[in-house]
Amino acid sequence: MKKLILTLIAALGFVGGAHAAGGDTIAWDKAPNKTNDMAALQNGAKLFVNYCLNCHSAAFMRYNRLQDIGLTEQQIKDNLLFTSAKIGDTMKAAIDPAQAKEWFGGNPPDLTVIARSRSGHGGTGADYLYTYLRTYYRDDTKATGWDNLVFPSVGMPHVLWELQGDRRPVYDKRTEHGHEVKIFKGWEQLSPGALTPLQYDQAVGDLVSYLQWMGEPAQNTRVRVGVWVLLFLGVFTVIAWRLNAAFWKDVK
Amino acid sequence: MADFKELPAGAPVAQQVTNWFENRFPTAFDAYRVHMSEYYAPKNFNFWYIFGSLALLVLVIQIVTGIFLVMHYKPDANLAFASVEYIMRDVPWGWLIRYMHSTGASLFFVVVYLHMYRGLIYGSYRKPRELVWVFGCAIFLALMAEAFMGYLLPWGQMSYWGAQVIVNLFAAIPFIGPDLALLIRGDYVVSDATLNRFFSFHVIAVPLVLLGLVVAHIIALHEVGSNNPDGVEIKGPKAPKDKDGHPLDGIPFHPYYTVHDIFGVSVFLMAFTAIIFFAPEFGGYFLEYNNFIPADSLKTPAHIAPVWYFTPFYSMLRAITSEMMYALILCVVAGAGLGVIKGKLPGFVKAAIVVVAAVAVILMVAIDAKFWGVVVMGGAVIILFFLPWLDYSPVKSIRYRPNWHKYLYGIFVVNFVVLAYLGVQPPSPMGERVSQVGTLFYFGFFLLMPWWSRLGEFKPVPDRVTFAAH
Repeated sequence: MKKLILTLIAALGFVGGAHAAGGDTIAWDKAPNKTNDMAALQNGAKLFVNYCLNCHSAAFMRYNRLQDIGLTEQQIKDNLLFTSAKIGDTMKAAIDPAQAKEWFGGNPPDLTVIARSRSGHGGTGADYLYTYLRTYYRDDTKATGWDNLVFPSVGMPHVLWELQGDRRPVYDKRTEHGHEVKIFKGWEQLSPGALTPLQYDQAVGDLVSYLQWMGEPAQNTRVRVGVWVLLFLGVFTVIAWRLNAAFWKDVK
Repeated sequence: MADFKELPAGAPVAQQVTNWFENRFPTAFDAYRVHMSEYYAPKNFNFWYIFGSLALLVLVIQIVTGIFLVMHYKPDANLAFASVEYIMRDVPWGWLIRYMHSTGASLFFVVVYLHMYRGLIYGSYRKPRELVWVFGCAIFLALMAEAFMGYLLPWGQMSYWGAQVIVNLFAAIPFIGPDLALLIRGDYVVSDATLNRFFSFHVIAVPLVLLGLVVAHIIALHEVGSNNPDGVEIKGPKAPKDKDGHPLDGIPFHPYYTVHDIFGVSVFLMAFTAIIFFAPEFGGYFLEYNNFIPADSLKTPAHIAPVWYFTPFYSMLRAITSEMMYALILCVVAGAGLGVIKGKLPGFVKAAIVVVAAVAVILMVAIDAKFWGVVVMGGAVIILFFLPWLDYSPVKSIRYRPNWHKYLYGIFVVNFVVLAYLGVQPPSPMGERVSQVGTLFYFGFFLLMPWWSRLGEFKPVPDRVTFAAH
């Protein structure tokens, strides 16, 4: 029986291991998790309403839920609510879907649960978004003038370009099995942005943490409650175990 | 009418109340005795015997959380996805109810698979418990239907395309297939009509069937008594009994096994809540990442995989390629040939075997492999119903079987897990070959059981159960 269980565990490990392998473009960078950092989340929310919400909705997220990240209703109204929406409304973009389709070749997806949906072989959805928003580069052959390393031929232009500046990827050319392959080496900054590269990474980290938080606003509550539930069950299990032993001690 | 029992004046109030009810509803009190306080279960139950109770617990969790979800869920193609997010965000503790339901679905299959495996290794399906097993298989089938239809309701990409793929399988059935698929969907593609009928089946029809079958499963079990890890009958005519006629190797279910189960339940709940609170997506296996994208009938996901609990069967479906049909035809011919040459059967039976095999081969050549894939997938579940009549081993429990039987059961588990793994993965030539071998092993395990289950050196079965006091 023990052997059986061990085999099962080994088989499961095999499943997990193989699941982690794979990946198509470049490896995803690990996103910082700042979902407990109110200042970072507030900065992320600011970036979100300023740069994303013009085209992307977050149609399941209410403005007043931003109170969870330490803002008051008045602060939300004054700083983050630019449309005619009410504080209890969800975050809807003003863009016309028909026009969006014409401009970008598709409707900008809703971002409420984007961080949850983009998880995959390469890492969490936050990792993907963190890499995606940091790997835009100038490509004049594209309609928007921009391309992306993790999302080749992306429809969205680089909306944060003022912050990051223009960049170009530098490749190493190598011959493998008779084919010339390009290996991504790093970046060449063509023009400076409003932020230094380090500041830009931090800003994107804040934005991605906000997106991650918005994907599941209850995520930190969940973990906090879970600790107490498990502590309770731990104590209860000990009691149940002793109760069981008390009943069974006389069974011969 | 039964005689009214009168209590002496001045009896305690609690006793008077109990007596008042017992005089008016004796059946309930009899049922309590028959199924709880005087249901004698073997006292040598081990770890494997917790999963029946756990399955019942998860069923109740699913029903109760389901009731609360339905209060906020909208079975409408335009509103369904948003209503689930509404539950996750705006309904107080809605996220907890939803995660309990989604985690419960996966853990239902975990405990049911373990429960079935327990029955398999200890021969719990053998005479006189065939009907208990058959009811159990019917529960498994109903559970698969329940899970499949429930998975459409969040109306995410995986919900939508998973349903599309599975319903299209029915279209592969000759003659009636396309109409049958149309009837299931209620439309030419999975749509609002499909969502509505799946919702109806998921919240009313299938749960009713499921509950009825669970009651039948438990009553049938208590009729013949529980099996145990030794496969020894504790209530048989030769089994030792005390002066009241109760089996010496048995023990009243309540309180001995209820207290056992409370302990088991609390351990189970630790695993259950750990997933709910710390990893509700469970790495994309319990809640698939793609399902956080609303259903879009114009965008087919690159890789459609059912949820993990269906993947062993899905693998078997994918294993049946037109190439694999040759192997299956060979199996049919070889089986019929063996039956005719080796079997000690009357002439007309042999003739019938040849005719049936010939017809089968003709159909296998004539009809598309896709249809046979559906047959194999369905057959993989249906074959379980016949297990009681496939096993010819002289002993019930694995404990007294030849050692190589244990390895065979071990390989069966590994094979099942490998098939499950391959079902999650995108198709690959290597995976296809492995799943084909796995499919043949799965069916060989059952279909050849009448032969291999008698082979080898069996150990003597003791007269009494082996039990060490705790």
